[in-house]
Amino acid sequence: MRFKEVFETRHPDINVVISFAGSQQIAQQLSQGAPGDLFASANSRQMENVINSSRVVENSVQEFVHNKLVLILPEDNPGNIKTLGDLSKPNLKIILADESVPVGAYSQEMLAQASQNGGYESEFKSKVLANVVSYEENVRAVLTKILLGEADAGLVYASDAAGESAGDLLVIDIPDEINITARYYIAPIDGSLNKQIALDFISLVCSAEGQEILNDYGFVGLAR
Amino acid sequence: MLSLPMLFFLSLPILALFLRISPAGLLENLYQPEVLQAIGLSLGTTLISTLIIILAGTPLAYAHARKQFRYSRLVDTLIDLPLVLPPAVAGVALLMAFGRKGIFGAFLSNFEIDIAFTPIAVVIVQVFVAAPFYIKSAALGFSNIDQELEQSAALDGASSPQIFRFLTIPLSWSALLAGSAMSWARALGEFGATIIFAGNFPGRTQTMPLAIYIGFELDLDIALTLSVILILLSFLALFIAKYVLNRDWMSS
Repeated sequence: MRFKEVFETRHPDINVVISFAGSQQIAQQLSQGAPGDLFASANSRQMENVINSSRVVENSVQEFVHNKLVLILPEDNPGNIKTLGDLSKPNLKIILADESVPVGAYSQEMLAQASQNGGYESEFKSKVLANVVSYEENVRAVLTKILLGEADAGLVYASDAAGESAGDLLVIDIPDEINITARYYIAPIDGSLNKQIALDFISLVCSAEGQEILNDYGFVGLAR
Repeated sequence: MLSLPMLFFLSLPILALFLRISPAGLLENLYQPEVLQAIGLSLGTTLISTLIIILAGTPLAYAHARKQFRYSRLVDTLIDLPLVLPPAVAGVALLMAFGRKGIFGAFLSNFEIDIAFTPIAVVIVQVFVAAPFYIKSAALGFSNIDQELEQSAALDGASSPQIFRFLTIPLSWSALLAGSAMSWARALGEFGATIIFAGNFPGRTQTMPLAIYIGFELDLDIALTLSVILILLSFLALFIAKYVLNRDWMSS
């Protein structure tokens, strides 16, 4: 929404309308012919779907921001967790997203990397998974259940954790060597009547200023 | 003839589901561990929740049918409420009550008892959403019994438990059975409150509806197989309920 404000201040005659939903849902809508001027996707797969349905031209796609995983804990830290390594302690209650959603697949990938070369024990992943009490069907459910204190720890995107006020949640960073990189893509819709405006919007998002805004929201801006 | 479009509309999706998967494919998927786990968990938890509903729901239904409550309408409304609540509301409400930080759950946590994310949570959800079906049916059955029968039995020296056991239950058993079948079918199909309150863990809290939802994104064949089984079981339960009730009406 910050982008809408900034963009409209610079283009007073433009009213930006943003439709927020899961990338998969929006890609589906675009493929079915929904109108729009640009599409931002939280993964490459959904951008590919839109390219395949000829709504976006492949060479107009750019990567615009990254996201990573963080470990979140309820504010009172009932599991007494201080580092990622503590997740393998017995008798913890951990919530992950299910593997059917991207963040769940990333969580498994990160834990596997930690076990293989992150300086953690080789059974780290299996010990952590033994503590999992639920595989949620979306990342917001993981966040909410940790906010409610229903479990001791969860893995979510940094941008999800950044949206919560600091007092309600403890956030522990995961070292870059084992963390994953979720890549986000943006592209103008092919044949849109507002193509130039869409390109201006994309320039704003990719500019140093735009990347700064994304950093504020917990994303990892691209160094250019 | 005007009745046919709606009947066709109601049957078409069911038919489409059955046509989508071959009997051979169905049998093959049936033996996948996640399918068997989900079926086992669903049957186990719904059996327990239906028993709890019958044991705890019968006294409430009886008291309600005999108008023993001062605020009968209020009680009736409370009983009906879970029927109209969105499952998400039921899930959040149960979390607030029985979750680790919930009113009652926090108390249990003192004794190292955690309910959320366990099969017990699955049963609690099922009891909450499915009990009204049994209670309403049972109350209707009880209220259809001529009270003079019970009174004359009492005059002849029968005790209250005797009257209930040998008169009330035999006279209303079809309503009780039909209500049980309805509750069981509802418990079997419960999804929204379960995923919120009990979470999703294969073999522990992932019942058939949850496995279908997750399977829809991961493995469509598993979702189809479980859907077909769920439909067959639900159809059977509803059919039994209707058959029993119908036979009872014809004989009376």
